[in-house]
Amino acid sequence: MGIETEYGISVIGEPTANPMVASSQIVNAYAGYALPGVRRGPRWDYNEEYPLRDARGFDMSRAEADLSQLTDEDLGLANVILTNGARLYVDHAHPEYSAPEVTNPRDAVLWDRAGMMVMESAARLASAAPGGWPIVLYKNNTDNKGASYGCHENYLMRRTTPFAEIVRSLIPFFITRQIFTGAGRLGVGQDTRELRYQIGQRADFFEVEVGLETTLKRPIINTRDEPHADPELFRRLHVIVGDANLSDTATYLKMGTTSLVLAMIEDQFLAGHDFMPQHPIREMHQVSHDPSLNHRLTLDHGKRLTAIEIQREYCRLAAKYCDEKYGAQVDEQTLDVLAHWELILDRLSADLGSCAAEIDWIAKLQLLEAYRSRDQLGWDAPKLQAIDLQYADIRPERGLAAKLEKSGRLTRLFTDEQVLGAVTAPPTDTRAYFRGECIRRYPEAIAAASWDSVVFDLPGGKSLLRVPTLEPGRGTMAHVRALLDSCPTAADLLTALTATPGD
Amino acid sequence: MDMPKQEKAERRSTRDTEVDESASTTSETPGATSLDSDVDSILDEIDEVLEVNAEDFVKSFVQKGGQ
Repeated sequence: MGIETEYGISVIGEPTANPMVASSQIVNAYAGYALPGVRRGPRWDYNEEYPLRDARGFDMSRAEADLSQLTDEDLGLANVILTNGARLYVDHAHPEYSAPEVTNPRDAVLWDRAGMMVMESAARLASAAPGGWPIVLYKNNTDNKGASYGCHENYLMRRTTPFAEIVRSLIPFFITRQIFTGAGRLGVGQDTRELRYQIGQRADFFEVEVGLETTLKRPIINTRDEPHADPELFRRLHVIVGDANLSDTATYLKMGTTSLVLAMIEDQFLAGHDFMPQHPIREMHQVSHDPSLNHRLTLDHGKRLTAIEIQREYCRLAAKYCDEKYGAQVDEQTLDVLAHWELILDRLSADLGSCAAEIDWIAKLQLLEAYRSRDQLGWDAPKLQAIDLQYADIRPERGLAAKLEKSGRLTRLFTDEQVLGAVTAPPTDTRAYFRGECIRRYPEAIAAASWDSVVFDLPGGKSLLRVPTLEPGRGTMAHVRALLDSCPTAADLLTALTATPGD
Repeated sequence: MDMPKQEKAERRSTRDTEVDESASTTSETPGATSLDSDVDSILDEIDEVLEVNAEDFVKSFVQKGGQ
């Protein structure tokens, strides 16, 4: 699994600055700092990208596609791969950090936090550049004026799982998980037609149930089918409904509970349990628009349940599933996700305020309410809108979520030291280890890399050599560390790799 | 956010005994109360870093759409 986050970007004092240029400055400033002495950092290898391939089994023609969907055209925008295995680049006028592949939700949180630290350093470096304006980055998903940008989750799934079942079981889960994944937003409607508080940043930007697009007519279930792995065996479920979370616990629950639901779908455990609402898009908006959590969704079969009640069902089934499938062999983190999930649902139904240290939308709402009562403000006060935005400012000295963390009001799962470690070190149990270590050990010899390849350009070599890494679980520390240790140069590595086929 | 939310939680728990139980087991969790007790100090802290001209700040935060 992994998380990719597009950050909001502001050039202070220069509101009309070109955001693509500013985003490039961010990426290039960091590349110059993180990969010093390398004239040009490793490029992205687009060989295996098919942004118009649909998981339902057909390709959209390039002529039909909107220009913003053609993500495989290298427009010369900044794009580097980091030693922790992440990709830092410019996507649609936003700097984006795509975290390295990890195997569990705790690691997903850690390398997502590492991305925040990378972005924070990058913005500081770019702002300090001669002639540069100060650039500030925001981990949010909308400007409240009609634009939205994403925080996407990716999960590896077995290819054999019927897509229709994924759709049927995931839509109700995604609509209702907002109650703990929502990052909170002061404004209703894509362009804020009403100044009212809602749970989700992204909810109002979803207009269809299933589809290929990510930039327009956004679908609850995105069908982009680029597995970045063996396409015969796997699909990559590209989840675009989520908010960018500041709270570690929210990210942890988002990744952990979604993984559990996907595992149940793969094992057909949800057959016979149908929570599909009659009007999914309308319900997605209504759940988000009701911070009291009293709204009842009308399901296909006529029942009317609250989001908490539907989540309780998924949670109960997940506990049963783990018990039946793994029994006493269940791993600790899965148990921890289950326990946290149940606890947060209990607390959401008992006392919303008791979740303020874990749930972004409640933490932000408490701040807004405190200001409203102290300063006698109406919901239309610009100060409240400013607080909504500044909650997501990633500078530790200015960001409001960061301030809450510092005073212990928002729970952190990792220390700064742990996050700093993940800024440079890759996860050890996925192919991200091979990618990151190659870039750290042989920076001059890497021409390009991607999720499923590392491309070498050896000094004096006639052509580029592409090492495919199609299997996400290979290239781990256990697999390749000894090999890398025995190869002081990239040429040694390639000699060794060609001598031992299959690695 | 205390009063109205509290009332809602209570209303709900009278409807649903299962929720009632969970409410009693989690009632000692801090969170809401910790903000209430020293709410002034955190607001003072935040006052110091809030954007000075809220209206201009909000107006100038304009993004291009992304994914």
